[in-house]
Amino acid sequence: MSTLSETGAAGSAPGVGAGAADAPPPPEERAETALARTLQSIARSDLLVVVMSFVFAFLIGSVLIVIADEEVRTTLGYFFARPSDALTAIWQSVTHAYGAMFRGAVFDGPGFSRVAEDVREAGGSGTYVLFPALAAGLRPLTETLTVATPLIIAAAGMAVSFRAGLFNIGGTGQLIVGAMAAGYVGFAFQLPVVLHLLVALLAGVLAGGVWGGIAGFLKARFGANEVISTIMLNWIATYLLFFALKTTAFTGANQSQPTSPSVGENATLPLLLGGGFRLHAGLFLAAGAAVLLWWLMSRSTLGFHFRAVGSNPRAARVAGISPARTAFLVLAVAGALVGLAGAVHVLGTERRLTEGVAGNIGFDAITVALLGRSGPVGIVLAGLLFAALSTGGRFMETNQGVPLDLVQVIQVLVVLFIAAPPLVRTLIGLRRIDHPGAGARRARRTRAVEVPATVGAAAGASTAAGTAGTTADGPAAGGSDGSSSGGAHRADVPVDGGAPPGDAPPTGASGTGTHARQDPSDGTAPASERGEDTTDAQEDHR
Amino acid sequence: MKLELRGITKTFGTFVANDAIDLVVEPGEIHSLLGENGAGKSTLMNVLYGLYRPDGGQILLDDRPVSFSDPGDAMAAGIGMVHQHFMLVPVFTVAENMVLGNEPTRGGLLDLAAARKLVCEISARFGFDLDPDALVEDLPVGAQQRVEIIKALSRRAEVLVLDEPTAVLTPYETDELMAIMRQLRDEGTSIVFITHKLREVKAVSDRITVIRRGKVVGEADPSADQAELASLMVGRQVSLAQEKAPAAPGEIALEVEDLRVTDEAGTRTLDGVSFEVRHGEVLGIAGVQGNGQTELTEALLGLQDSVAGSARLEGRQLVGRSTKQILDAGVGFVPEDRTHDALVADFSVAENLVLDQHDRAPFGTAVSMSLKAIAENANKLIPEFDIRTGSAASAASTLSGGNQQKIVMARALNRELALLIASQPTRGVDVGSIEFLHRRILDERDKGTPVVIVSTELDEVTQLADRIAVMYRGRILGIVPGDEDRDVLGLMMAGYTADAAREAVAAGARTTDSQLADEGDIA
Amino acid sequence: MSTAPVVVADDSVVEKRLDDSRPAGWWHLPATATVLGLIALVFFGLRGLPGAESVFALARETDLNPLGLVPERVTLPSQGGAIALSVLALAASAGLWVLQARKARPSRGVRIALIAVFAVAWVLAFMTWVISQRSLDVTTLLQGTIVLAVPLAFGALSGVLSERAGVINIAIEGQLLFGAFGATLVGSLTGNVWLGLLAAPLVALIMGALLALFAVGYQVQQIIVGVVLNVLAIGVTSFFFGTVMRDNPGLFNAPLRLPTLRIPVLADLPVIGRVLFEQNILVYLMWIIVAGLTVALFRTRWGLRVRAVGEHPKAADTVGIAVNLTRWKNVLLGAAVAGLGGATLTIGTGVAFGEEMSAGKGYIALAAMILGRYHPVGALLAALTFAFADSLQLRLGTMSAAEGGVSIPGDFLLMLPYVVALFAVAGVVGRVRVPAANGQPYVKQ
Repeated sequence: MSTLSETGAAGSAPGVGAGAADAPPPPEERAETALARTLQSIARSDLLVVVMSFVFAFLIGSVLIVIADEEVRTTLGYFFARPSDALTAIWQSVTHAYGAMFRGAVFDGPGFSRVAEDVREAGGSGTYVLFPALAAGLRPLTETLTVATPLIIAAAGMAVSFRAGLFNIGGTGQLIVGAMAAGYVGFAFQLPVVLHLLVALLAGVLAGGVWGGIAGFLKARFGANEVISTIMLNWIATYLLFFALKTTAFTGANQSQPTSPSVGENATLPLLLGGGFRLHAGLFLAAGAAVLLWWLMSRSTLGFHFRAVGSNPRAARVAGISPARTAFLVLAVAGALVGLAGAVHVLGTERRLTEGVAGNIGFDAITVALLGRSGPVGIVLAGLLFAALSTGGRFMETNQGVPLDLVQVIQVLVVLFIAAPPLVRTLIGLRRIDHPGAGARRARRTRAVEVPATVGAAAGASTAAGTAGTTADGPAAGGSDGSSSGGAHRADVPVDGGAPPGDAPPTGASGTGTHARQDPSDGTAPASERGEDTTDAQEDHR
Repeated sequence: MKLELRGITKTFGTFVANDAIDLVVEPGEIHSLLGENGAGKSTLMNVLYGLYRPDGGQILLDDRPVSFSDPGDAMAAGIGMVHQHFMLVPVFTVAENMVLGNEPTRGGLLDLAAARKLVCEISARFGFDLDPDALVEDLPVGAQQRVEIIKALSRRAEVLVLDEPTAVLTPYETDELMAIMRQLRDEGTSIVFITHKLREVKAVSDRITVIRRGKVVGEADPSADQAELASLMVGRQVSLAQEKAPAAPGEIALEVEDLRVTDEAGTRTLDGVSFEVRHGEVLGIAGVQGNGQTELTEALLGLQDSVAGSARLEGRQLVGRSTKQILDAGVGFVPEDRTHDALVADFSVAENLVLDQHDRAPFGTAVSMSLKAIAENANKLIPEFDIRTGSAASAASTLSGGNQQKIVMARALNRELALLIASQPTRGVDVGSIEFLHRRILDERDKGTPVVIVSTELDEVTQLADRIAVMYRGRILGIVPGDEDRDVLGLMMAGYTADAAREAVAAGARTTDSQLADEGDIA
Repeated sequence: MSTAPVVVADDSVVEKRLDDSRPAGWWHLPATATVLGLIALVFFGLRGLPGAESVFALARETDLNPLGLVPERVTLPSQGGAIALSVLALAASAGLWVLQARKARPSRGVRIALIAVFAVAWVLAFMTWVISQRSLDVTTLLQGTIVLAVPLAFGALSGVLSERAGVINIAIEGQLLFGAFGATLVGSLTGNVWLGLLAAPLVALIMGALLALFAVGYQVQQIIVGVVLNVLAIGVTSFFFGTVMRDNPGLFNAPLRLPTLRIPVLADLPVIGRVLFEQNILVYLMWIIVAGLTVALFRTRWGLRVRAVGEHPKAADTVGIAVNLTRWKNVLLGAAVAGLGGATLTIGTGVAFGEEMSAGKGYIALAAMILGRYHPVGALLAALTFAFADSLQLRLGTMSAAEGGVSIPGDFLLMLPYVVALFAVAGVVGRVRVPAANGQPYVKQ
């Protein structure tokens, strides 16, 4: 019953393709593809995106500065009469602000010179000049480290919950209760040295853990959305603090002021650089928190549970990991870390409770964790960076009158840009590398038009494949999701008609020139996270 | 309407799903697209339907080239599709689903009365019994499929694509569907029928195109020999009749008595199921998807909340224990829904291979994990089960479905088992690997492990099972020997008890499925 | 074929076998109610002030109140009243026990009625206790409730619009803030409060566009985008507040107020007259938008398509509905609505813009949306509930506790709306059916 007829041409296509593949491309072409590949890999690199994200964020920040600057507005009033005034004002407003920011965050040049001058005038020289001057010059850097300390610890807590797929927005609340508990132990008890500090820190950890645990419990037991419950707990903690600072238990003798007494000497974190600087031993705890995050998420069984539930709660459950219990533990552990941050902040930096003790740390920790991609190294770097921005911002505020809120805007913009690399690439004109089909898609938007039948016939095109790789679109013509290395090898046949010139060809017979086409067998269908579509596609590629 | 595809090429990254595929469907013919899972059939149809953009090639309708940028274009051009995963909004009614995207309005508001009327009209034409106001999520899958069909017909589809439509149907429902297909063909509709089941292809097609690994590898007419079609589809000679040694059942290992499961809405999804499994025996559980099989396996694993009754493994009660305790008692489990229940997509292959044993020696303790032992385990299992992956550290999501399934099977079989429960153990796996995995399951049986296999593929059940329990609407209608007549099984899947089914078969009830099965025993 | 089938499969009807046992959590609701009722009985009743009186002021002299149908004041003995109301609440919880303990499915209407009786009695018991020795003006309380509900309701509607289409909208807070900011800035610059009203939704559109750009366009995790955009909104508005507005408040940040539109006759009705018919245009707009959106979502072609996109975007795509375009439109529409809510905070109440003046209202609006089960009317009711808590807090905060009455620290009162929201999200909501594709970006191959 042999009614079967092999349709040979298409069936044996791999052979044809392989022949074309074995022929080495001409030298220039090879050089060009190598260059293209390099450029492409740079364009793809996270580093470029990160750097450009900062550049764009600061540019937008400049726009805000300029809009808000009164002198700029005045000079713009007679812009056409004397444009140089306006331009100077714009330039100055921006450079002064950012200059002040750097000076306040990293190195205080004027402070350095001034102290050096003073000491020289007083007759000092050599190291007598250098050390005090350096101390003055580097003071902003130590401030940055001080500010970074609780930020890194809190961000580590946030990272735990993010990695477990829970959106803990409750940093503020957990930080506040941690600070309250640690502060209370710090000023209300008298305990021996070391022990006092440990008890105070532990109190902060426990309080934060409980506060996070409440949201975790509500999530685990009632399925309450953790985003909302943690935010509500932020406000509740805030008013709890306000209330506490009106009671004698927290204000001590001085009841009229909403501040607590200072934390006892034994409960404070020791200063690292002496009385002149605020930098304290909490810095080591921050490093410890980063290490703990690393161990927890990559080495511990608990972290395995966290990650498994975060990525696929159903599969975790089938594997014997209870998602509800894990959700509770995640928020409790995250809260404990953020509580530690609150404790460190109050025992090391602030040394007393005030209504604004938490500041923006709780929310900044979210952005730090996002920017650091919830990894230990990333968080330390992002924490230092954001701390530098806010110490610098504070100096900018006092020195230039530009509100600290600008820093917040810049920080958030950085996070937004980094979260959307394609946007950054679009902005710097590298869009096609990321989305080779973009132009094609635009061309194809015309609805159900009958296209002229000039599209390359698949089988015939293989002859063109060997040389067609040098078309301008060659390097950019990867798969629609931008396959990285494969793209450079792919030879797309340019097609007349359909696509406007310059755009990537919409329906090039791309397959035929592909030599690297491995027999997929049951092999590797690509399946990055492209949602349901991918699953379907993948089902089909089995 | 004549449909022609010329040189359609579609790639995903470096993977070529469709490689210059040519296909011609004449007006008023049923054209079958035959291929294994993952051969690229669905991709091709999604290209045709405007869901995917082809990377090359051309679509012609009545010899005029067209291009679809979205399914709206395809529909407007007269192409209708019944998707493998139904494209129905579960919380909408039948009428709402049918008119979605093409809604009649009156005075600015939706005219649901008109929609209801349309549902009734088209239903009547094909003898469907559909309530236009029923919520789709409350309908059984067979009825949902009919909603999909009337949805396509209500838009005057002249080319109707049916993507693996029989996967969710009983043999009887399949026969009904084929009757509908013929009726439509006779009215002039061109039909593209996508399947991997040879018997159905032979039963209903006017022409057959075979696709393998993204390429057209041959054409055939329906009189072609099944064995030849199979080897064309798979790419080599296949002999699927697994030589299975007779079972040597021992003591009773698992004893399930009056097991009941109630879902959140209060519906009894498992209704007093009782059976037993002995050491060294495979109990197959057959039935159309959604008749309580999922609930049964999940109840045994402690994954269902509201369970009553008893399930004793070696005398120890399983009901009421946590999943972890049950897994620790030596139960190996392969869930039916691989992507959602079995794998953590962003975990590495190595991590997925220890997912349910990660806190037991040698892989870890309650506190920390041994990355070394986990890596060694992966290095052992990856070659053993022929898992094709870049490396043990690659994310599971980068693997194809078949290889993902091998991870799940390798994990379940990688330890001393007191009981193996496997749902759809070879779903999405290529034919060669099916043989291998079946062999491993039977080896496990021969070691004396009690095995429960749940499969909606009758072939798989009959190949593996020593006894077969057929489930229907949350109950077991009967337990029959593993070599029971296919027609009897088919009738039982449709709700006949074993005795009634045997009587009916004796009286001459036959399905296309079994008629063709007699020609050659091939999957 | 002589044998009749033993079981006839009837595919079109789903047979739901009801279980003869109660669902596992059947006792949660009555148990919670009983505990709360006992708390009310002990703390508001038994431990209340003996001999004190609680006064609820209702009608006013100028009201259109023929024959004094509505009394000017209702005076209750504080302790006795609270005890009586607590007992009523306990009776309702007893009813809930009976209802839930029955094996048959409890009827939904009866259950809701019992819960409502319980809630009203409990709240009245609380109020009776807390205003011991004092007088509470009910009209002011309710009027405040409406005014405070407006931003919450608009915010929740913004959430409904965007989440019904499948985009999680945490950025309501930022949209409110931008709306408030835009209304004041434009109103102040032009000196025309109506232009301010027009500007509010337009300025809030910036937030909506950013949300849509990142969430829909670039598929960034939607909760992250929302949270981050809120911080951005706070940053940007605070920055301008700290610079431009501070430099010249008269020009950039003048406190303007939308006129109150009094509906003749109706506004003279006792209590509800001033509550419902003597408000500014935003309040009336709120009623209109809630009604309009309800019809639009559930009775029109647009609504059917929006819900399809939120439930099963791929199915919507296969019938030719542009999924991401729909999402863009809905997010923008939602942002505009939230902008109106923001306007309420400034020009609606006649105050100038202040730093972070939305004060978490966006998040409470989110809770209201969830509590309202993604339905405009539900969202409105939930918003009114939260607003009532807030309004009560304000009333109690302004009443002096000097006369020996009950005093609750002001900070606890300030917590009240947030605590209510927390409980609401945890307890009452439990299982809300979220649009199935909510939060999932839709990507075409």
